[in-house]
Amino acid sequence: MSEKEIKKISGLEDLVKISEKLKSLMEGKTVISICSGTGCKAYSSDDVHGKIVEELQKKIKESKTNADNIVIKKTGCHGYCERGPIMVIHPGQTCYLGVKPEDAPDIVESAINEKVVEKLLYKDENGSSIEKENDIPFYKHQQRIIFDCNAKIDPYSIDDYIMIGGYQALAKALKEMPPDKVLSEVKKSNLRGRGGGGFATGLKWETTKNAAGDTKYVIVNADEGDPGAYMDRSILEGNPHSVLEGLIIAAYTIGANHGYIYVRQEYPFAVKSIENAIENAREYGLLGKNIMNSGFDFDVKVHRGAGAFVSGESSALMAAVEGNVGEPRLKYIHTAVSGLWSKPTNLNNVETYANIPHIINNGAEWFRSTGTPGSSGTKIFSLVGKVNNTGLVEVPMGVTLRDIIYKIGGGIKGGKKFKAVQTGGPSGGVIPEALLDLPVDFDELYKAGSMMGSGGMIVMDESDCMVNVAHYFIKFLADESCGKCVPCREGLRQLLYIYERIINGQGQVEDLKLLEDLCILLENASLCALGGTAQNIVVTTLKYFRQEYGAHIYYKACPAMVCKPLIRYEISSDKCSGCTRCVKVCPVDAISGKPKEAHAIDQSLCIKCGACMEECPEKYSAIAKSTGIFEYEKEKEAVFADKGQ
Amino acid sequence: MQISDLPKYPLSQDEITVINEVIKKYRDKKGALIPVLQEIQKNIGFLPVEVQKKIAAELNIAEKEVYGVATFYSFFSMIPRGKNDIRVCLGTACFVKGGKKIADKIQKELGIKPGQTTLDRKYSLQVNRCVGACGLAPIIIINDKIYQKVKTEEVMDIIYSYNK
Repeated sequence: MSEKEIKKISGLEDLVKISEKLKSLMEGKTVISICSGTGCKAYSSDDVHGKIVEELQKKIKESKTNADNIVIKKTGCHGYCERGPIMVIHPGQTCYLGVKPEDAPDIVESAINEKVVEKLLYKDENGSSIEKENDIPFYKHQQRIIFDCNAKIDPYSIDDYIMIGGYQALAKALKEMPPDKVLSEVKKSNLRGRGGGGFATGLKWETTKNAAGDTKYVIVNADEGDPGAYMDRSILEGNPHSVLEGLIIAAYTIGANHGYIYVRQEYPFAVKSIENAIENAREYGLLGKNIMNSGFDFDVKVHRGAGAFVSGESSALMAAVEGNVGEPRLKYIHTAVSGLWSKPTNLNNVETYANIPHIINNGAEWFRSTGTPGSSGTKIFSLVGKVNNTGLVEVPMGVTLRDIIYKIGGGIKGGKKFKAVQTGGPSGGVIPEALLDLPVDFDELYKAGSMMGSGGMIVMDESDCMVNVAHYFIKFLADESCGKCVPCREGLRQLLYIYERIINGQGQVEDLKLLEDLCILLENASLCALGGTAQNIVVTTLKYFRQEYGAHIYYKACPAMVCKPLIRYEISSDKCSGCTRCVKVCPVDAISGKPKEAHAIDQSLCIKCGACMEECPEKYSAIAKSTGIFEYEKEKEAVFADKGQ
Repeated sequence: MQISDLPKYPLSQDEITVINEVIKKYRDKKGALIPVLQEIQKNIGFLPVEVQKKIAAELNIAEKEVYGVATFYSFFSMIPRGKNDIRVCLGTACFVKGGKKIADKIQKELGIKPGQTTLDRKYSLQVNRCVGACGLAPIIIINDKIYQKVKTEEVMDIIYSYNK
């Protein structure tokens, strides 16, 4: 498209005109949109794209009718990562899943003839095909507002974004709404921060707006460090302009002329996408001096993180942008008043900014009509772990966990039993089956002892050990603690020692009390939220899965059979036929036995890798895994006592 | 690790030129240190003490501050990276789907711990925080190529395929 010919955009009428023109150009065209999110890329969607382009060119050369009516688009993440690479043919919304490069000829042929490639469609449990994207169960129960555009636009084309009405909210705000009016609209919308805490966005803006000083900053927090969450990355990669538009509106409201987008180092494609968006927006006069002749100046820089979980905390993030060690500071003076370079600074999460254009376009009332009274709007969750349909899902606040996991997620993988869902990343907690009908919003999750966090939702089944999961998160946090304050640095280390003890079968009765006491200390005395919320995982696992801790400590047993020191493998001499396959596969030569004689495992050598059990032919199934009371290894206990712990 | 443990790394003329160019680009900018370190690491591969000293002198900040930043963030390394950079994701989704087993296997086979490089400098190993491809867990990344749903049995074949 003629990007270079379009001169700087002068205002709302201009945007509407361009949008209409672009729409008319696309009229009657068939669009093949191929997901190019990181998930689908790993499934080699780039090869699929290349093959489709090649195939289409062939058809055009053959001057096949209708072939020049087809447009191919590389889009951002569609969310259904489990079944990638994903392809949607517009306007019919025909959705193909798991597309391979060799399917290209069929796809192009059928798109030209307006037919459907049957074998690539979604099949429901009865084996019948579902053609339209929105009818697939994974999408059917979602309500996509923020994420909807991802599948429609090429993230590297600003024209695509303008075509679907992009930057009209900014034009409207600059022309018709004084900053106070924008602020009151955002406040009325009851939008709450999507990054973790759920603080009211309007109030945050107001504090920075009213803070003394001429120089103010706005920052996008894209340091999405929570393991298991990737919605921010997918928005930045799939629809970067929506974040940029929200940021410019925020800057206009607050009175900031400079902004930063802090993207973590692990997200190279997101950096590329947002940098390209900034450049295009500048060319169109949507960034820079005198934006759309409003007299408002604003520009933005991208800061790449260098890998530190704690730097997602607001004051630590600002220290990192300043080029220092990204450690948090005490916030008796909020960063909204004294933040980056000691100037008033507003910091919001990616998804929060992406909500702003929708609120300005459609009004606060519209926004509040979705969700619960306390938490308006929708929220994107990354549904991962032991669930059939993994991917990104956007639902209105207040939907129950059960609906998300069973209706959208399609239930638990391999027909196993659900055990718990972990929400909110390392700052959150686990939620057991009894609370599955909990409506998901900021306040309900908090009441259950967890939190929304940035929206990670990790489903665990009966084969996951909750003590081990808690150990994993405490280890994560202990590794990532910056070490500035003692309660977090030492408290987490002590928690970790206790967990190591418990999963090694050396837990003591007093340990449970000790865990609880340390949690109280961490919650009350830590400098920032990393230490302050670390107790959630400990407290919730203790509250809902106390019997598992009990089994580890009293019976030296791991009911889920995960914690290695507490399990053992044994060969049943009745069933063993003496085939020696397990003897060969054992990496530590712990299995003895001659051919045709029953084998035995030397428990003192066994490293519990489970290779023998996997190797044992199914017809014998002679090897069993067990846990329970068995002789306490006295020697280890003695060593432990020596260390004085 | 002590600074004195690290081998001396005399800078070559090319490297000095690169460093000077990067510093020139950022010299008078606010918050320059992290972008400078990122860009220099991208070119040289790691950040030996000699480089850090030079950066400190050129940007007129204390050496301890450069060292502090270079050791705080996990992206910066004071050890040379191998020719092939293996990263194993240990985010929660990968962890519950067996990422730890994969990391253990690689450590055992290559005889290095996370953060280390094999003696022949062919491989270096890192364990990563979530890289945000949780739908495909467990994953490993070798030189920016993502391998999804990796099985423990296959992982060494994937790795050794780079040894050609």
